Amino acid sequence: MSLLSATNVTKTYRVGDIDVPAIKGVDFVIEPASFVAFVGPSGSGKTTLLNMIGCLDHPTSGTLKVLDTDIATMDRRAAAHFRGENIGFVFQDFNLIPVLTAYENIEYPLRMVQKWPAEKRRAQVMRLLDAVGMADQVGKRPDQLSGGQKQRVAVARALVSQPKLVLADEPTANLDHDTAYRILELMKKMRDEFRTTFVFSTHDPKIMGEAETTFILEDGRLDSEVQLEELGHA
Amino acid sequence: MLDVLGIASRNLSRYRRRTVLTLLLIVIGMVAVLLFIAMAGSFKSMMVGQITDSILGHLQVHRKGYVASIDNLPLNLNMKPAMVAKVEEALKQNTAVETWSPRVKFGGMFSNFAETTSIRVNGIDPERETATMPLLPGRLVEGPKEGALLDKGQIVIPQLLARGMKTKVGDTVVVVATNSDGSVNGKTFVVRGILESASGPGGRDGYVHIDDARDLLRMRDKEVSEFAIRLKDFSRLGSVESQLKQALESLTNKEGKPALEVHTWADLSPFANLARMIDLMTVFIKIVLVSIVLVSVMNVMIMAVYERIREIGTIAAIGTPPSRILSLFLAEGLMLGVVGTIAGAVISLGAIYGLNIWKLTFNFGMQQNLVLEPSIATGDVLTIAAMVVGVAIVASLQPAWMASRMDPIHALRHV
Repeated sequence: MSLLSATNVTKTYRVGDIDVPAIKGVDFVIEPASFVAFVGPSGSGKTTLLNMIGCLDHPTSGTLKVLDTDIATMDRRAAAHFRGENIGFVFQDFNLIPVLTAYENIEYPLRMVQKWPAEKRRAQVMRLLDAVGMADQVGKRPDQLSGGQKQRVAVARALVSQPKLVLADEPTANLDHDTAYRILELMKKMRDEFRTTFVFSTHDPKIMGEAETTFILEDGRLDSEVQLEELGHA
Repeated sequence: MLDVLGIASRNLSRYRRRTVLTLLLIVIGMVAVLLFIAMAGSFKSMMVGQITDSILGHLQVHRKGYVASIDNLPLNLNMKPAMVAKVEEALKQNTAVETWSPRVKFGGMFSNFAETTSIRVNGIDPERETATMPLLPGRLVEGPKEGALLDKGQIVIPQLLARGMKTKVGDTVVVVATNSDGSVNGKTFVVRGILESASGPGGRDGYVHIDDARDLLRMRDKEVSEFAIRLKDFSRLGSVESQLKQALESLTNKEGKPALEVHTWADLSPFANLARMIDLMTVFIKIVLVSIVLVSVMNVMIMAVYERIREIGTIAAIGTPPSRILSLFLAEGLMLGVVGTIAGAVISLGAIYGLNIWKLTFNFGMQQNLVLEPSIATGDVLTIAAMVVGVAIVASLQPAWMASRMDPIHALRHV
């Protein structure tokens, strides 16, 4: 069973009296535990597609199934519940909660979304902090961390509730080259360790090579699916 | 819930100065209201206590029409013995009545043999009068305070009259009055004491023994102008008034209407209007408090939502249910309300305690150096506290609702 499948998915926004198509009928399948990139220039529809995969938005037409659930059938509350249970998010700007420490930011989904018991929560957070190499920074707030450290915390937060899918929209855009590679390495390591599917978007050609499967988006259309081996990055 | 409160408190600490200023507004409002209630309540209860416990009693019974022409102290509207018996029977049977005092009231001329002036006199049974008006002996500014208020042949006169007529305790004076038949009679009295003037009707009356009054007025029967009544529990005023009216309504006049009237102190004293004004001002100041809390909390919560739009988008995206987002913002409003309320209540109670140590005095009418003893009922503190917390929650409701309904995509795009 595939983790994600899209069949002729379109998304059209209405701006005033004009319909603006953002996604123009895309089809793809993503298998569990894969490491996938959606690549394309700004305005190509990467974020729109990721928003739909993340149940933050609905397709205008077509079928988009995430974990065998048609996301078009979910209302706002059900979508929030689905996201909380199955999807982790990593954002370009890290989006950590500034008043919470690194530990508390990672703990947030377990505390406020899934309500894990305190003991279990603590063990899981410490495991993730350890996994992302931030165990010695637990008490620091986001303004006391570097960009790379913030993104490590964000990756840990996305993984802490053991989701089946992590979506990362331009996760390296605000990082220097070395740090960006290290974050991608970390994400791969996490994929290997937790068997979580990572889907990320990027417009950086150097970064896209890190993906095992790359979908190229241009003007809302999926041009091709390129396997890592085909690109010669194995 | 504790998780929500924990994060709410962190969020409030984000902009400490703004939070402190909002709390200050709530605290100042709360202190202003509680102090006003304590001071105004103290003033009101002191004045009401003085009026009821030294002049009027809690309730009074008169013959119908007497109160309407009370300025003339009409002797022809005194209660006849049959009416007196009926009233006393009703008062005896009512368990809420502690005691009562029959009075014969009349207007007369007061002479010190050199000068003459008018005087309003209450003929009283001293024992019953002091039992019904426990503060009356305390108003004696001259003359022995121990023993009966007066005996037969003695008169207690108001301070203003004594000063104007240069009359002292022990002096012999004459009171001349016209009786209901129109004939004039006079009687000599020895001044037993001089009473401090008090606000309200009867606050400048003289007192003689009821037997002397009847003798002076040449009453053949034991008539009574009014009964002043003291209740065991002042808070039962309304219900006892109704009970007495019901008990006395069987006594009718020629027109078939009740021959007797029952009045509360408030019906007889103009101070009741002032008391009502104080109550009205209390309501007004409560409205001001509600407005302060509403505007300040709503302002700070709207700011909080607009400043944290991306954060709201983030927590919504990672699966925080809308109801949890709503509760996060409501908890912030709740905490502002609760902390402001606790601080306001503590400061207010401290200030009230301080005012009771460092006595606050004031003058009211003829009365000088009245000491305020502000106090506030627990119920009042709890009501105001509940009001502030409730308004703080209501003020947070709209911003919290706005946050919980926010579209995560738009929120995440917000710059």
